[in-house]
Amino acid sequence: MKTLLELTQVGIEFKTDKGPFVALQNVNLKIQEGEYVSLIGHSGCGKSTVLNIVAGLLQATTGGVVLDGREVNEPGPERAVVFQNHSLLPWLTAYENVELAVKQVFRGKKSRAEMKEWIEHNLHLVHMDHAMHKRPDEISGGMKQRVGIARALAMQPKVLLMDEPFGALDALTRAHLQDSLMEIQRELNNTVIMITHDVDEAVLLSDRIVMMTNGPAATIGEILDIDLERPRNRLELADDAHYNHLRHEVLRFLYEKQRKVEDFPQAPSAKSDAAKSAAAKSAGASSDQQESAAVVTSLHKKHVA
Amino acid sequence: MAASLQIPVWLEPYMRLLRGDRPGAQLAIITRQLGLPLLGIALFLFFWQVGAGHVKTSLGQLPGPAAVWDQAVNLKAEHDAERERAVAFYQRQHDRNAKRLEADPTAKPMPIRAYTGKPTFIDQIFTSLKTVMSGFALATLIAVPLGIAIGLSAPLYGAVNPLIQIFKPVSPLAWLPLVTIVVAAVYTSQDPMFAKSYVVSVLTVMLCSLWPTLINTAVGVTSVSSDLNNVSKVLRLSWLGHVRKIVLPASVPMIFTGLRLSLGTAWMVLIAAEMLAQNPGLGKFVWDEFQNGSSQSLGRIMVAVLVIGLIGYILDRLMLGLQRKVSWDKNVAVR
Repeated sequence: MKTLLELTQVGIEFKTDKGPFVALQNVNLKIQEGEYVSLIGHSGCGKSTVLNIVAGLLQATTGGVVLDGREVNEPGPERAVVFQNHSLLPWLTAYENVELAVKQVFRGKKSRAEMKEWIEHNLHLVHMDHAMHKRPDEISGGMKQRVGIARALAMQPKVLLMDEPFGALDALTRAHLQDSLMEIQRELNNTVIMITHDVDEAVLLSDRIVMMTNGPAATIGEILDIDLERPRNRLELADDAHYNHLRHEVLRFLYEKQRKVEDFPQAPSAKSDAAKSAAAKSAGASSDQQESAAVVTSLHKKHVA
Repeated sequence: MAASLQIPVWLEPYMRLLRGDRPGAQLAIITRQLGLPLLGIALFLFFWQVGAGHVKTSLGQLPGPAAVWDQAVNLKAEHDAERERAVAFYQRQHDRNAKRLEADPTAKPMPIRAYTGKPTFIDQIFTSLKTVMSGFALATLIAVPLGIAIGLSAPLYGAVNPLIQIFKPVSPLAWLPLVTIVVAAVYTSQDPMFAKSYVVSVLTVMLCSLWPTLINTAVGVTSVSSDLNNVSKVLRLSWLGHVRKIVLPASVPMIFTGLRLSLGTAWMVLIAAEMLAQNPGLGKFVWDEFQNGSSQSLGRIMVAVLVIGLIGYILDRLMLGLQRKVSWDKNVAVR
């Protein structure tokens, strides 16, 4: 499978009143086409920042993001975002919300009849056919999030970015939506990056889990391959030994934070050494380092200059 | 309740009472809805009657509710009498013309002269309404586009904001002399379409009532949530698309809040402006009665005060109805 999205030495620094605040440092990640990657970590570790950089809503101060051979500088529908707060336009119905996105992306490329069919198809994928013509204040939180997902899918993105999409929902709704998402993924085989707090959700849905260290100057701590067979059934997996082992690995990373603590307030060289050794622990990263070195130089120069 | 006929909420207790459905509960609701307000009004009228009896002014006894009611009836009678006189005046002219045609079929009919009676109280109400609507419409036409512009552009806001803050608190009575002099100098056509007093009143109303709409529109435009802005960025909407599809619909509730406040202000300002500009509306009526100083004046002024209050209330309710229809934000309490 080819590499669709590549983050190279991505770092971001915010100027605050108390001086520059380094939120991220040396984030290196390669995502293959059709892969489902979860980004997990403690609150404030910079997961949303990484997503916003990939989405183009924020600009990295060092390093860069390359999607399908082209650099990412600004937001666009090929990196569709599903926000944590659905972000539906309250004065439009569910259908009209998706229509706004479809018209913007497919103007001139689809006829009106085709657009209508495409909109209805996407709403059908998220099981919102019956409530298509209702306004956001007339539907529940779970339904609003479904419409948000339909809107993102309707843009036919190369990468689907989801920022804690189910964070604002109760456990039962979350379970339903996770199942819907797996169903959609089976059908469409999208490339997805999802941010989540929920370990179970991450292990259930993803192909790889990227675990981030604590902020500030957060980076990628470990990457875990989830080699559970698809389709995944949550009831069956509850008793599965391998599933529990994987969960255990993630929890160990998150709750035995000692692993990353000793890398904190130190000279920059020591920090980058620690980051490099951590990256080397992750699956298959060693060969990537040489490839990324060449890309790093040119991108680094561009962004620093 | 699956009702094929949709009765308004406030009517339901009466329907239920007729059906005998929990009469105790319905009576409690009716008392609260209707009884308490009526009780409040009745108490007010009582204290007014008692208090008025104690106050002797230079123009006679301060009128109580009964005297004011008499004056209201009087004003209506005067209005009707005036209308009859106008009708009779035109009728006489038509009769004269008919007689001349009878005597001499080739004679040209004399032109009908216009009736020049003074405007009645009801006429003055309509003049006031017309003036306030013109002033308010003019204010809206200026305030809404300007508000959107300064909301969208921070530099423009920085430039315009000091002017807004300085001119907002100025009273209409302070604007009037300036407006009168400027209009007298500039509006000098031989056959004016509008009377000078009308123009002066409209401009004064506009100057004082445009600020709430302007400020609320600007605030509405700037406070579009960042989530919606992010959606617009991901969709790569053009600047015009962003304004038309996201900013404007999102600001509509705030714009209508501003319009409602502006209309209230406009109506208040109008009465003062009319008094001094002598526009033949309710303001002039009050002023004339005051200058007149007859024994009935106080009563008539009080009738005018009550009518002004009622009209202001009705205008506010109309605006509220419009706001409810248009505003998509169910969280904003629209009362």
